[in-house]
Amino acid sequence: MIALLIRDLKLALRAGGGFGLALAFFLIVVTLVPFGVGPDPELLSKIAPGILWLGALLACLLSLDRIFALDWEDGSLDLLATSPLPLEGVAAIKSFGHWLTTGLPLILAAPLFGVLMNLPATGFIPLILSLTLGTPALSVIGTFGAALTVGLKRGGLLLSLLVLPLYVPTLIFGAQVAQRGAEGLSITSPLLMLAGITCGTIALLPFAAAAVLKANLR
Amino acid sequence: MNQRPEQKRPAVNSVWEYANPRRFIATSDRLMPWIWGGAIACLVIGLIWGFFFTPDDYRQGSTVKIIYLHVPSALMAINAWFMMLVTSLIWIIRRHHVSALAARAAAPVGLVMTLIALLTGAIWGQPMWGTWWAWDPRLTSFLILFLFYLGYIALWSAIENDDTAADLTSILCLVGSVFAILSRYAVNFWNQGLHQGASLSLDKEENVADVFYHPLLFSIAGFVLLFLGLVLLRTQTEIRARRMRALLARERLQ
Repeated sequence: MIALLIRDLKLALRAGGGFGLALAFFLIVVTLVPFGVGPDPELLSKIAPGILWLGALLACLLSLDRIFALDWEDGSLDLLATSPLPLEGVAAIKSFGHWLTTGLPLILAAPLFGVLMNLPATGFIPLILSLTLGTPALSVIGTFGAALTVGLKRGGLLLSLLVLPLYVPTLIFGAQVAQRGAEGLSITSPLLMLAGITCGTIALLPFAAAAVLKANLR
Repeated sequence: MNQRPEQKRPAVNSVWEYANPRRFIATSDRLMPWIWGGAIACLVIGLIWGFFFTPDDYRQGSTVKIIYLHVPSALMAINAWFMMLVTSLIWIIRRHHVSALAARAAAPVGLVMTLIALLTGAIWGQPMWGTWWAWDPRLTSFLILFLFYLGYIALWSAIENDDTAADLTSILCLVGSVFAILSRYAVNFWNQGLHQGASLSLDKEENVADVFYHPLLFSIAGFVLLFLGLVLLRTQTEIRARRMRALLARERLQ
């Protein structure tokens, strides 16, 4: 499993274009929003938590189809399926790899982008906390979506259509944590809900992803 | 009755692909006139009674009468997804082809029901709430349900192999159900609502007045029967289309 993780990370780092792309996309979203809504600092600081969460979510979505597509094309997915490693483990490791290459950089860059969006000082810690808790769920749900569409030739658009509705609960609770934190309110209950969703998806969705992969590889 | 001798059929197909769908078609053919007749009768009674023989509400005026379309369609939108969940489970567990086809057949009907509920709600909301749309929990979760239907149908039509498509969509339906319920409560947390409480519930306190209630029951029964009839018809069509493809493939082999 660790070997697979290291292989995935190496591929993501060396292939170029995959690793920094999500981050660059996040930056572009954050840059474009003030052009759309105007540079008013008060308005920006009001919508900052939501925009940052939305940007992180879309950046996450962007790299989803890479999770299985390349392995599917060169046949290594078949090898992985016949290897002693259970397919559930493969799915879990794949989503962990996706989180390390996409979610983690997003979390690290979020405070910087928060400054760009004029996020209030009280909002930084809740923002980072909510992204840390929420992005693993985004990766795991995305892995399930990627497994669903792996065999399709033009699966990219369908992938977004399938995955985005599944992102709704995570987005709501994550953005609520960031929003309430920025306003200085208590963040306990949305934070607990977010953590619950993340734990639940990590525990259950690799099984669904593996079942879907089996159907696709048959 | 049995045109093809038993032993000539391919073994895999015999039980689930031919014998059972045939029985399904025979049974549903017998039921279909009753269901359609009942649906039309109930809808005519319910809608005419509702539209012309109930008083106007003292606050809402005649707009209250949109309830005869709004409530039944909303009810069926949710129940259609529930039916798809059950048939998907049957497909996953028993590999019963009719079941997967019924799920496939129900999806567009459910999509249209969701759309009717959203549209009638908007038409009612404009004079009553003063807005076509509000980000109210119920409205929002219906919009999310609409998106789930869209994704489900898109996935069905994107995959060429029928069995793979059935597998993938069934699992999507299971996962989607969990997330749909999660979204419902998440949305509740996110915004307090404008929408009134349930129009129908078992404790009488919350219920609408009896004058409106009785025609509403008719139109709900009409919508249920209409849904059943449409799903049966679409399932039959799917079965026949699939059988035709199988026959064509067999012809090409010979």
